Amino acid sequence: MAKPRVAIFDFTGCEGCELSQLNFEDQLLDILAQVDIVEWREAMDDKADEYDIAFVEGALSTPDCIKRIHDIRRRTKVLVALGACAVDGGVNAIKNLHPIEEVRATVYGQDQYLFPTLPALPLSAVVKVDYNVRGCPMTQAEFLRVFTSLVMGKQFEEPDLAVCVECKLNENECVYERGMICLGPVTRAGCNSHCTNFGQYCIGCRGLVSEPNLKGMNEVLTSHGLAVDEAWKRLQLYNAYRLQGVRA
Amino acid sequence: MSRDLGLENLDINVKHLTRVEGHGNIVVDMKNGVLHKAQLDIVEAPRYFEALLKGRSFHEAAIITSRICGICSLGHQLTSLKATEQALGLAVTEQTVLLRKLLIHGATLQSNVLHAYFLAAPDFLKVGSVIPLVATHPDVVLRALRMKKLANDIGDAVGGRAVHPITCVPGGFTHVPTADTLRLLRKKMVEQMVPDWLATVETMKALAGAIPVFERPTEYISLRSDGDYALYDGDICSTDTGRVPDSEYRRMTNEFIVPHSSSKHCKVSRSSYMVGALARWNNNHDKLCPEALQAAAALGLKPGCTNPYLNTVAQVVEAGHCALDAVAIIDQLLEMGPRYEKPNQEPTQFGTGIGSTEVPRGILYHEYTYDRQARIVKANCIIPTGQNLANIDDDMKKLVPEVVATKSKEEITSWLEMLVRAYDPCISCSVHMLDVEFME
Repeated sequence: MAKPRVAIFDFTGCEGCELSQLNFEDQLLDILAQVDIVEWREAMDDKADEYDIAFVEGALSTPDCIKRIHDIRRRTKVLVALGACAVDGGVNAIKNLHPIEEVRATVYGQDQYLFPTLPALPLSAVVKVDYNVRGCPMTQAEFLRVFTSLVMGKQFEEPDLAVCVECKLNENECVYERGMICLGPVTRAGCNSHCTNFGQYCIGCRGLVSEPNLKGMNEVLTSHGLAVDEAWKRLQLYNAYRLQGVRA
Repeated sequence: MSRDLGLENLDINVKHLTRVEGHGNIVVDMKNGVLHKAQLDIVEAPRYFEALLKGRSFHEAAIITSRICGICSLGHQLTSLKATEQALGLAVTEQTVLLRKLLIHGATLQSNVLHAYFLAAPDFLKVGSVIPLVATHPDVVLRALRMKKLANDIGDAVGGRAVHPITCVPGGFTHVPTADTLRLLRKKMVEQMVPDWLATVETMKALAGAIPVFERPTEYISLRSDGDYALYDGDICSTDTGRVPDSEYRRMTNEFIVPHSSSKHCKVSRSSYMVGALARWNNNHDKLCPEALQAAAALGLKPGCTNPYLNTVAQVVEAGHCALDAVAIIDQLLEMGPRYEKPNQEPTQFGTGIGSTEVPRGILYHEYTYDRQARIVKANCIIPTGQNLANIDDDMKKLVPEVVATKSKEEITSWLEMLVRAYDPCISCSVHMLDVEFME
């Protein structure tokens, strides 16, 4: 069987997910042995016409982005969204909450016309996405799970539990008990509750579970004397696109 | 005139330059021997971080600004935390400062190694990427991966994660590595990183012949401190005008907008200035450890260096200092006995604070103003790559006429690409600058 031809692309984002791919120092050479990387601007000069798998990082936020993602979709058999920006719009989508003209004027002033922009969109708002690797930066273990499934021709099942489940299994003290807001109750697991393991609150970077119990989260917040409006603000950080129009 | 007539017209257009972080185009237009255009167009999509920060809690400032750039995420976090702590009057402990300095060493090492081996070295060996080198130079690639891994291990152990670290919060750390973890890191640094770095210096020496010879004196700006080689803290130091406190950072950057770049440009005493490893070398070489100075001598890097291509060499020299100083910091931490300290998150004031640190690509500034709920009302970040852009354009404008008579279009294109890569530009960062007063 021929090795799958892989291409890697980036749109609006911090390129931290691509960097995380380079950070598989122990597995990088094994990964490279399974595939032919035919295009990766951040690391190599080559360009290709067609590929089996395209990994795409970043949100879509300019007219040029829309054109390029359609072009990539035409050329690839499988499209994988890498990281919170590609999957959910990521932190970029916060700007969608403000009037676009105001946003542009505040940064570039009277020169704003030089740099066109659109509301930040996840890839799935414009093209068909086959798989998601969530997280900010992308969860490295999930990338390996998706990658091995693709190379072996298997289906990848996305986890649909709350981060709380993993956090409990890791026997962490509940962040709420420590008097901090935490987005674990409504955020999709798969990260092995990495942030709460290190004493930080869950910032919700993997996006919401498919049916988040937002009312339940409000109750937990209230019962711990924490501010519901502040928690919702934090929830918007990675869910501004998905929660458009939803109120606390 | 010995000029090759065929080259009096030169039209170079490199769209989406490869092996750099972010999206930029190189454009050169020369007609009848007259240079009309030689510049780096920044076409990265702007991200408007000010809209993200407006009204956000002080807990979130570092989490959000970290997402400006994956490669520079640690630098953004620490600079952000310093600005927040100054604005809210949050003092931090000696252990916190040492852990942050250790993190900076890890991040600088990681970034310098990544740049030298993965992004710059393919040019010296005339290949398109590091991937063909896996077959031709496996020992060198494995060494690069080992060094990168160990540098990232520092980020993992202290920060919880090298990309977008988790544990760094206003007033301290949510998690502190154990003495055993630090001892293991120290052992690997001494037994593996330092020998690998010495081998890197040898590799760099062997490749040095491929580095273009090009000189253009400019203003070099970095932090400088009376104590250590300034990365975490210091005054702003210019080779033209000397030292000033970081409260004067706006005067020492002077941002302005140009049509060919979604990132703003900067200038101070001249039409442009340079920040980054070479600027740090020119300002602070006297603060490097003896081993790093020996490496500099072996590589022919001299104080007052004006060849921007040697920025990569300065990065390799600096990597050695980071490795050895990391060992010294771990020793200090072990002597003190690492212990969990509750982060100091009770504001004693609400106002404006400035943070400045040296991140791998140069000096980074964050400034925030907080309201009485400790929420952000005003923010400004000035990023190293933005500061270097005018300098890159000025280099191109001197370089192209100097080599146009003796080099082919392909060679000139390659030299221009290498020039931009030498700065190790971080274009994602550069377009996410904030300079804004929010309208309430």
